[in-house]
Amino acid sequence: MKYPIYFDYNATTPCHPQVVEHMLPYFSTHFGNASSKSHPYGWMAEDAVETAREELARLIGANPKEIIFTSGATESINLAIKGVFEQYSNQNQHYITCKTEHKAVLDTFKSIEAKGAKVTYLPVDNEGMVDLKGLAEAIQPDTKMISLMWANNETGVIHPVEEIAMLAEERDIIFFTDAVQAVGKIPVSTKNIHMMALSAHKFYGPKGVGALYIRHNHPLPKPKALIEGGGHEKGFRSGTLQVPAIVGLGSAASLALKNMKDESKRLESLRNKLESGILELEGTKLNSSQNNRLPHVSNISFEGVEGEELLRKLNKELAVSSGSACTSISPKPSHVLQAMGISPDLGKASVRFSLGITTTESDVDFAIAYVKETIASLRA
Amino acid sequence: MRVYFDNAATTAMDERVIEAMIPYMREHYGNPSSVHSHGREVRTAIERSRKKVAELLNTSPSEIFFTSGGTEADNTALVCGIETHGLTHAITSPIEHHAVLHTLEQLAKKGKIKLSLVNILPNGDIDMDHLESLLKDNPKSMVSLMHANNEIGNLNDLQAIGSLAKSYDSFFHSDTVQTMGHYEHDLKSLSVDSIVAGGHKFHGPKGSGFLYVRKDKKIHPFIFGGAQERNMRGGTENVIGIVGIAKALELAYEDMQGHRDHILSLKKHFIESLKQHIPDVKFNGQSGDLEKSLYTVLNVSLPHSEENAGMLLFNLDLNGISASGGSACSSGATVGSHVLRSLKADPSRESVRFSFSRFNTIDEVDYTVQKLKELYSVVV
Repeated sequence: MKYPIYFDYNATTPCHPQVVEHMLPYFSTHFGNASSKSHPYGWMAEDAVETAREELARLIGANPKEIIFTSGATESINLAIKGVFEQYSNQNQHYITCKTEHKAVLDTFKSIEAKGAKVTYLPVDNEGMVDLKGLAEAIQPDTKMISLMWANNETGVIHPVEEIAMLAEERDIIFFTDAVQAVGKIPVSTKNIHMMALSAHKFYGPKGVGALYIRHNHPLPKPKALIEGGGHEKGFRSGTLQVPAIVGLGSAASLALKNMKDESKRLESLRNKLESGILELEGTKLNSSQNNRLPHVSNISFEGVEGEELLRKLNKELAVSSGSACTSISPKPSHVLQAMGISPDLGKASVRFSLGITTTESDVDFAIAYVKETIASLRA
Repeated sequence: MRVYFDNAATTAMDERVIEAMIPYMREHYGNPSSVHSHGREVRTAIERSRKKVAELLNTSPSEIFFTSGGTEADNTALVCGIETHGLTHAITSPIEHHAVLHTLEQLAKKGKIKLSLVNILPNGDIDMDHLESLLKDNPKSMVSLMHANNEIGNLNDLQAIGSLAKSYDSFFHSDTVQTMGHYEHDLKSLSVDSIVAGGHKFHGPKGSGFLYVRKDKKIHPFIFGGAQERNMRGGTENVIGIVGIAKALELAYEDMQGHRDHILSLKKHFIESLKQHIPDVKFNGQSGDLEKSLYTVLNVSLPHSEENAGMLLFNLDLNGISASGGSACSSGATVGSHVLRSLKADPSRESVRFSFSRFNTIDEVDYTVQKLKELYSVVV
């Protein structure tokens, strides 16, 4: 079968060929259980896991022992939020997050709300930005954690994480960030950040593996374990380590560190070309701020067309989405765009283009022409 | 010669499983939740895998949920089974895997349940009379008893436990990690409410697993965020893991009897040769009984010897033999095996678990017995 041109790198990315090469020996030759201490199969596996931990730590500016491997960002997010909630059990608990967070964060907050936590969902402005003054004002005496994403998956909008982290630190509150869309794409650091969730498949690693960064040597508490068992990952996450996937995550992290600067420049210029090409059409609008966003993402709304039909037509030649893949099965308009004040109909007629490693100039030229043609035929 | 006799810790992947997975790292990399064809192609692969697993276990695809492994599946069944069905008491045994034991202990510590441990007979079998009396005193319990013990190979009678649990209106969960892919599970006739699998125990990938939950015992999700796995498990699916575990199970079922006969012949030969060459050799639990134990596990108890005290696994490794002292998950810990402690095994003797797979040969058994004979020659 022939696939359309892929413009959905925020949903997932292919494994980089070098990542696959690094993983393969750990499926076959080095198949040991990383917890086996009595023979070299185990030692080889453990060494590979520790190397990957160092590679990832380097990418995010952490200490290797602050990295906990998980089955992906969603599990990391569940561990961070529910783990902190359990840590403070029997206390009044207040949390601050934002309306435009990923479902993994919002659904997990819903689950602790049902168990008695109070949660403030901050609004955003029409460019998707959170207001720092509003954040500071939302803090209450029993606020246990602020949870704000680094970069939005639908619009690419980047939150002022440094300022938020500093504010949380000054007020002695845990700051947790879902950095899934930022890690490997733009420089991140762990300064003043207590926990950070990330996922390999968003930056050319395999699906089914991620990590939670948990700060060491800090008086603020660490989360309680979500998955109990053999006590792997210092007790934070039990279960046999999936060595090949972890090796893949490490190798993707090293590649990202090496290529990020040049690749983000390349993608930004392609994205700008794509965006200005499409925005030449009447009745189109960029759904985010022009600045403060990821270099490879563009979210554009199209007036006068019906969302589902638009997507169906575009998907014949372009793999794009109308928002998060995780919710794309449900026909509801994007909660992110809604929070930015975009009407449900226009929200549904909005398309996210996200570019990546295989995107070329001719892909972009084709996409501009195809979008123009499709819109014209739909409006006719 | 390099001999791998630690297959209860993890197994080497079957080449055919790796081959089935690779296309989903390279060409078919879409996010299964994406509506475009990159996504739909991968969604199809996941549902095909689910259908295959369900067919092999004689159940419906709607009762199979993919997880990151056996540990997550056990946690899900126990934590959410207890919460969803409002259970306040649980029964397990002191020789369960830590994925079960620690999970229930945590729930007890948090005050969510009262936990009772069923007595274990000196041979490692469950005291069924005690189980019944516990159920009589505490109807509507969570009963969690494994199918086969990972260290000593004792097999529990799931049918007997299941009907007992049922008659006391209880939820019966069984950790079937060690028997999945090695025994046939017919879920139409077996009276269990939930069972689990970890792909890497039967030549599939690490980081893959599934949970079966009976239709009329539905439970709520453990990991929130996104509508994946029909709202049962948030997070982008581990596509290669899912494709891999289904393929591995398919291969296991293709010639289960053949593999079993082969492995049993190795174990039989191992037992006979050890008895012949090592004076006072014993077998822990039921593992020395070909009829009553998991055919892949032999837990050998060797007489005290100065040369080997605390060094036996090391000495075996020097001779190229990979085995373990018990569960890999706790093999880093110095506390020794909780299973052998529960059996009140003589601490002056050395215990080694040898565990086999279809890839092992009779020559490897002969070689290992020869080396053990040399290591213990001074004792005679």
